[in-house]
Amino acid sequence: MVTGKRQRIVVVGHGMVGHRFAQAAVERGLTETHDVLVIGEEPRAAYDRVGLTSWFGLGSEALSLLPGGEYDDPRVRLVLDSVVTEIDRVQKTVTVVSPPSAAVDLLTNPGAVTVHDYDVLVLATGAAPFVPPVEGRGKDGCFVYRTIEDLEAIKAASERATSGIVIGGGLLGLEAANALVQLGLSTHVVEMAPRLMPVQLDDAAGTTLVRHVEKLGVKVHTGVLTEEIEGDDAVTGLRVRQAGTEEGAPTEVVEAQVVVFSAGIRPRDALARECDLEVAPRGGVLVDEQCRTADPAIFAIGECAAPGGTMYGLVAPGYAMAEVVVDALLDGPGSFTGADMSTKLKLLGVDVASFGDAFATTEGALELTYADAVSGVYKKLVVSEDGRRLLGGILVGDASAYGILRPMVSSGLALPDNPEQLILPASSGAPMGMPDEAQVCSCNDVTKADILHAVSEQGCEDVAAVKQCTRAGTTCGSCVATVKNLVEEHFASQGLVVDKGLCEHFRLTRQELFDVVAVHGYRRFDDIVEAHGTGRGCDLCKPAIASILASQTSTHILEPATAGLQDTNDKYLANIQRNGTYSVVPRIPGGEITPEKLIVIGEVARDYGLYTKITGGQRIDLFGARMEQLPAIWKRLVDAGFESGHAYGKSLRTVKSCVGSTWCRFGVQDSVGLAIALELRYRGLRSPHKLKGGVSGCARECAEARGKDFGVIATEKGWNLYVGGNGGATPAHARLLAGDLDTETLVSYLDRFLMYYVRTADRLQRTSTWIEQLEGGLDRVREVVVDDALGLGAELEAEMARHVGGYADEWAETLADPAKLERFVSFVNAPDTPDPTIAFTTERDQIQPVAPALIPVGAPA
Amino acid sequence: MSATMTSTAVCTVETVPLEGGVAALVDGVAVAVFRTHDGAVFALSNLDPFSGASVLSRGIVGSRGDVPVVSSPMYKQAFDLRTGACLDDDAVRVTAYDVSVVDGVVLVGAPREVT
Repeated sequence: MVTGKRQRIVVVGHGMVGHRFAQAAVERGLTETHDVLVIGEEPRAAYDRVGLTSWFGLGSEALSLLPGGEYDDPRVRLVLDSVVTEIDRVQKTVTVVSPPSAAVDLLTNPGAVTVHDYDVLVLATGAAPFVPPVEGRGKDGCFVYRTIEDLEAIKAASERATSGIVIGGGLLGLEAANALVQLGLSTHVVEMAPRLMPVQLDDAAGTTLVRHVEKLGVKVHTGVLTEEIEGDDAVTGLRVRQAGTEEGAPTEVVEAQVVVFSAGIRPRDALARECDLEVAPRGGVLVDEQCRTADPAIFAIGECAAPGGTMYGLVAPGYAMAEVVVDALLDGPGSFTGADMSTKLKLLGVDVASFGDAFATTEGALELTYADAVSGVYKKLVVSEDGRRLLGGILVGDASAYGILRPMVSSGLALPDNPEQLILPASSGAPMGMPDEAQVCSCNDVTKADILHAVSEQGCEDVAAVKQCTRAGTTCGSCVATVKNLVEEHFASQGLVVDKGLCEHFRLTRQELFDVVAVHGYRRFDDIVEAHGTGRGCDLCKPAIASILASQTSTHILEPATAGLQDTNDKYLANIQRNGTYSVVPRIPGGEITPEKLIVIGEVARDYGLYTKITGGQRIDLFGARMEQLPAIWKRLVDAGFESGHAYGKSLRTVKSCVGSTWCRFGVQDSVGLAIALELRYRGLRSPHKLKGGVSGCARECAEARGKDFGVIATEKGWNLYVGGNGGATPAHARLLAGDLDTETLVSYLDRFLMYYVRTADRLQRTSTWIEQLEGGLDRVREVVVDDALGLGAELEAEMARHVGGYADEWAETLADPAKLERFVSFVNAPDTPDPTIAFTTERDQIQPVAPALIPVGAPA
Repeated sequence: MSATMTSTAVCTVETVPLEGGVAALVDGVAVAVFRTHDGAVFALSNLDPFSGASVLSRGIVGSRGDVPVVSSPMYKQAFDLRTGACLDDDAVRVTAYDVSVVDGVVLVGAPREVT
């Protein structure tokens, strides 16, 4: 229990940085003590502004950082399409104006004005494009390049245009030029400075970049001043003259119907100015190292902030500031003391990187350059006077060395004797190891050591797992190649080749094998291994094939064709324990059980002397059964109405529930009823790994549904469906797949989701890692399951219907078949003699196994 | 060498599933009897040396390279059905037994000498 009143944080702005703040507040537990209200001005939730240009190809949905439009944590509330107009620092309130919704009469209700209290205010208002005071800048056809709405407008205007101009040849300007090229316009870039990307590149690098860019059909005009935008109402062209010439000197007109301003950004600090918070001379709310303004209740982060007087126009420093403020609110020590302004990106298909002291401003700094005009490569290293340390550099055309070079700057690692080797073409360059402390992902501050730790200690087996575990490469993505190399290098150093084949007997992946079995209709291991494998199989491929066959047919797993393929536990329909005895778990759907059934479990446990324990899945585990006792124990259970709980299978385990609206005064839906229905629907479904579900009756989430492979949380309007959660060594929180569903839609989405997983996941891959490694991740799952983009929906549902219809209790069927019961004997020639190595002692009034004496001959030391 | 040792009849050969195993009690000792895909019969001590549990007969029978193996149901180490050698740990070996099939009956003989 938290004592005291909950505090309220109001976040102004829902761009990338405001979103990161909310995310960090949830992840780091700040929402345990604080409610968070986020107010966003744009009509949609935060999206990836760094990747804005890909909107043309991918659309808004793909860029979204919060596709469901709401946070999973109900203590964070997001209000969009609303503007904060005033801050009252005395009353500690903000005034918010929301535009009228379509349903409201414009004349009587021009927009709602609301006032919200805050205990803590976080300004994350970002920056606005700077539009230089060029005559004619208000004409039709003039745009900026900042939001999805801007892009929509540019796209619409381009349909009537043949050529376009971007004013500004910086990073963002080239992005905008790329967009105009994609829209089919003859494209010009106009830059006042004598070269492109003047902040990051030197003259030689700029010239190299121009050659690349012009090859793509973009005409570059550097060193020119914009005089006037021509046209009556709509733009017809831009008049320019050479920089350095007098006014009145000859001018030139570049024809265009679209003009995009991309001449830099300015912090949006007006709210702070109006409430008398100090701003930096060049703009931006002045904050200290904790990103706190002079008012201790107000913080500023991202592009609207100026820590120490400097504004940072990149996302990584903004993320760092967001984390620092969450830390400060948790009384942590974090501080923001400046940022790595290194840049690496692909502009119009050209690699460009600039890092550290790229312009050799350090006293005595020396420059080493390599240029190949033919292939368009330019590389420069800036080294210290003694040639021992790398200070910075520029790479154009080939930035592959960036992953090694930039960490060398931050770590201060000594340079090799011939530093030029680092930028010479690969054939003559010696490979250079990266130090462990080198930062690989600057967006999320992940070092090489963090990545190696994830691979060697945390069980990450591929890039997807490393990304999920460390967050490396999940923001701008520029380090993914480096992460991949590190992962592969690690496995290569262990003598392992990353091979997706199932085992030595099959080169196919589980998914490929699943398809092969489906296409050929195989039912026997022998046919499959003869046609598609080698040898006689092993403990990896045989259970995998048994699982695939079980998913595609409804045949009993102990039929002669498949009995020998089953893994230890499936083979005896029970869970083997350390002394060779088994545990028994009857199904208790949704955790609901009658007193009569509870008594039966107690009686069976008492009569067979079994140890009993309540499981995490809301059922009861009975331990210490000898293999030959299993049929008799199950006879009692089946007679009392129990069935197999499949605790032994890679299959659905339980659907956990809270008591829901039936009893709980907070519940809004019948969570127990739904949990039972889902558990009975998916019971016995064989899958690549175990499957768990949960249903919570309200947002308090007492069933911990988001820690499950599929979690359902009740809302006032229906159900929210979350997927990809698990506990265990690498816990994962399930993420929202779809919201406010009626029960029928929920079940159809779940049918599709589970069958899609069963079909395509690797062996022993939980849903979380499966989603992570799918190309497109959760968005891809949503496309297939919700949007039915592959047209597979009906087929997946039909497969699930076949499973549901074909379900029969494995234990009841086994008890009815003498052939299947034959295997349940201790010794084939002495069926009544118990295994003499099994012995028990008593602890806390129940049995416990006595550790078997290890046999002396050949036993491990 | 072991010509004077008696063999114990444990079951009919059909009782041992193809690519599977059964446990038998031979002179009070648990022995696992296996049959491979080609019908060949093998016998090893039933005790899994890594866990100390008497469970090897419940393992999955298959192959590693050309070697017929059973993998322990407990921690999955593979044992050579012919010799009892553990393929995952050179220092470990389980006892292999002489075994034959006479008139459709499996006879388990003496423990094999380790060569």
